[in-house]
Amino acid sequence: MGPAKYDLAIGIGGEAGQGIATPGDILARIFVRRGLHLNTYNAYQSIIRGGHIFLTVRISDEPIYTHGDQLDLLLCLNQDTMNRHLNLMGDGSRVVFNADSITPGEVNPGAHLCPIPVAELTQSRNRLVQNTVAVGVVASLMGLDFQVLEDSLRLRFQRQGEAIMTENVNVARAGFDYAQDNFEPFAESLPEPAKPLGVWAGNDAIAMGAAAAGVKFYAAYPMSPSSGILHWMALNARQLGIMVRQVEDEIGVANMVIGAAATGTRAMCGTSGGGFALMTEAVGSAGMMEIPAVFVNVQRAGPSTGVPTKTEQGDLWQALGASQGDFERFVVAPKDALDAYNTIPELFNLVDEGQCPGIVISDLLISEGRFSFDPDDVDMHPPIDRGQLITEHSAANGYQRYLDTETGISPRAVPGTEGYVHVAATDEHDEDGVLISDEFTHPHKRRQMVEKRARKFLHVAKAVAPPQLEGPADADVTLIGWGSTYGVIKEAIEQLADKGVTANQLPVKWLIPLNGDAIAETLSGTKRTIIVENNYSGQFARYLRSESGFAADGHIRKYDGEPFMPHHIVNGVMEQLADKTEIYVPYQEVIV
Amino acid sequence: MTTTTAAGQQTPAPLTARDFKGKVDPDWCPGCGDFGVLNSLQRSCAELGLRPHEILVVSGIGCSSNLPGYINAYGMHTLHGRALAVATGAKMANHRLHVIATGGDGDGYGIGGNHFTHTARRNVDLTYVVMNNQIYGLTTGQISPTSRDGMKTKSTPFGSVEMPINPITSAIMNGATYVARGYSGDIRHLTELIKGGIQHRGFALIDVFSPCVTFNHDNGHPFFKDRVTKLEDEGHDPTDWKTACEKAMLWGDTIYTGLFLQVGSQESLDAREPVLDDGPVARSPLGLTEEQAQGIIRRMM
Repeated sequence: MGPAKYDLAIGIGGEAGQGIATPGDILARIFVRRGLHLNTYNAYQSIIRGGHIFLTVRISDEPIYTHGDQLDLLLCLNQDTMNRHLNLMGDGSRVVFNADSITPGEVNPGAHLCPIPVAELTQSRNRLVQNTVAVGVVASLMGLDFQVLEDSLRLRFQRQGEAIMTENVNVARAGFDYAQDNFEPFAESLPEPAKPLGVWAGNDAIAMGAAAAGVKFYAAYPMSPSSGILHWMALNARQLGIMVRQVEDEIGVANMVIGAAATGTRAMCGTSGGGFALMTEAVGSAGMMEIPAVFVNVQRAGPSTGVPTKTEQGDLWQALGASQGDFERFVVAPKDALDAYNTIPELFNLVDEGQCPGIVISDLLISEGRFSFDPDDVDMHPPIDRGQLITEHSAANGYQRYLDTETGISPRAVPGTEGYVHVAATDEHDEDGVLISDEFTHPHKRRQMVEKRARKFLHVAKAVAPPQLEGPADADVTLIGWGSTYGVIKEAIEQLADKGVTANQLPVKWLIPLNGDAIAETLSGTKRTIIVENNYSGQFARYLRSESGFAADGHIRKYDGEPFMPHHIVNGVMEQLADKTEIYVPYQEVIV
Repeated sequence: MTTTTAAGQQTPAPLTARDFKGKVDPDWCPGCGDFGVLNSLQRSCAELGLRPHEILVVSGIGCSSNLPGYINAYGMHTLHGRALAVATGAKMANHRLHVIATGGDGDGYGIGGNHFTHTARRNVDLTYVVMNNQIYGLTTGQISPTSRDGMKTKSTPFGSVEMPINPITSAIMNGATYVARGYSGDIRHLTELIKGGIQHRGFALIDVFSPCVTFNHDNGHPFFKDRVTKLEDEGHDPTDWKTACEKAMLWGDTIYTGLFLQVGSQESLDAREPVLDDGPVARSPLGLTEEQAQGIIRRMM
């Protein structure tokens, strides 16, 4: 057996405007450059100054899938952080704080307090230097070479001029030296440097996936937690030749994207649930006009404006039922950042072939979380398949935009192409594109067109495979999740093994097509099934039941705005194995 | 049909307004003002030498929004109020297209009012022809955003107590760079205004008095025909926005039609967008180059 896995989590807390991001970012960059795996989660509020922000940075020499269960190091930038989190710090942990302004409370046995006399060490009036002093202390506790930190600080502050750069290096040095003399470092030393990794947020991954898929038009109205996609697109637009537009509202966003897509451009937009609500009529119009377009909904806790900076999986039914009428759409919920990256090109190929809308359901957890990634895992040139797209001129007559074919797919010509002039209408139309909604309605043609669109979708959707069980087939427990619960279930399964419980996972990513019958078949051989989801009413459980007739034995649900931690699921499984409850709702210990 | 030039190149024969007739005939009421607008638009396309496949006509919902079906050009008959958003997306994806948005006053100034404001301010190179009949016709007669104070309709049986929007001054204040008003009873004049709008590089609004003969008995041809007065006949200077606003506000024995304002100094959105320097994004290759791919990864490391 090899050495135990290195696994350390740092919590950094303060109020908005205190510069929490800077120490978090400096440390994260140092770790991934060293080849350590990284998983961060930032708990914050919809406020620019004040409130309580708590950033968790977890690192390991092995892949990690969540921000973990516990903290090894707490860095308090204000008294509030100390008050909220000190009680969660256990044996062997370190609590770093500015002794000039923060007083600790009651300490659990074995937790080490590390007070820093910031004023004495720095003689600076700049409040933000306490953050850099603290980074020096953290580096010392973790056994980093100071030179590594210095290089990183120089890189970070070089744009702000020599004076600021030097001040930061000096105060970090003061913190580092003070810690060397006064605090006991962690017993576990940092792993030796390995191949450097990159770091991305899920929103970066979605935007990059779109760029790789050939998206040349992106529109959005700013909305947390989806704005990161807009920011990435705007920053890279000119280099990559992507038309990026910030629009007056999400109704305009969705319709602009449809206008761009109608010209044969791969087009996408991103929003959160409230914005997606405004887009829904347009989703249906893409279905009716048979225009491929992708809508990304990064879920936050709802309903209504809800909790803008908190996570939830509450928009499943919104996506399933977005827009009036009966029409076909793809709906997919990626399971992590890399999966989100891969999903976008895959979805574009499907919607291009099926000439219909596609909806991506992400959430705050994976979209705003920052994770390490191995650049070798990222295929920057995924296959691109435009389906039956006509862009060459022709002298032929008689083109029918909505020609009823065996597969239901009608070759799609785009404006600007000679020989294929037609109208795309949101009203029902015949194969020619001529309206059959107003002057003369026609029940037979209406039926034909409804069936054509449905047949087309079924033809294309066959390419989507049903989900597969991960883990031993004869496990005691089967955990079923969808989208972003993938990682936390994976780690919970590892912990359950330590308790002697074997578990496997059925991670569901494609919601439409769901392949309900295949799922029911897969689950028919399992012993005990539990559905895990980040909402109150069991939206997925009810959907799965409606599509497959399958009802799970139990449920683990969370709807307090914070994501699951692995032990929440472990506790839920143990309680259900003891037949104490059928619906387990974990208690959120970290109050942020 | 083609003709061959001296150089041996084949060029398409000139088209007539008749060549722009669509697949089906309009289902508008006999006498509807929209016939004159359709006629003017078809003449404009022919007289400017445009080809049907180079034109995209985008509409929303309403009687007048059925227009794309009646003209031989690419068309999109989109959701109620969304013509300008769809048209903007199409134009910014392929700015080589002549994108013309058509619709009514309810569609454009009511449910689509937000897009009207922002499309004007962005100066998107679109021609927007609004068939303004001051009534909701397709829903059988309710007030619209341009209905006059006191107007009696099915939704205001005792007379409207709301003031109407003024499309001309609104467009000017919002930053439109070509603002005109036409009358569907004067096809020759309206054709010139639409042609000017298509040729203008920027957002062009042509608000057209297009009487509803079925539901608006206050503002029919008898009301307009003796009142409309052409700005050109009075020597109006279309670079003078203050006078343009004053003349647009008049609503009495004299109601002005013609070109109120044209601003030449403001570049259109596509001209200001460096992403389009290499041509329309609709025609650019899809995948990333190796250099682009490496640049992306480098920035994430």
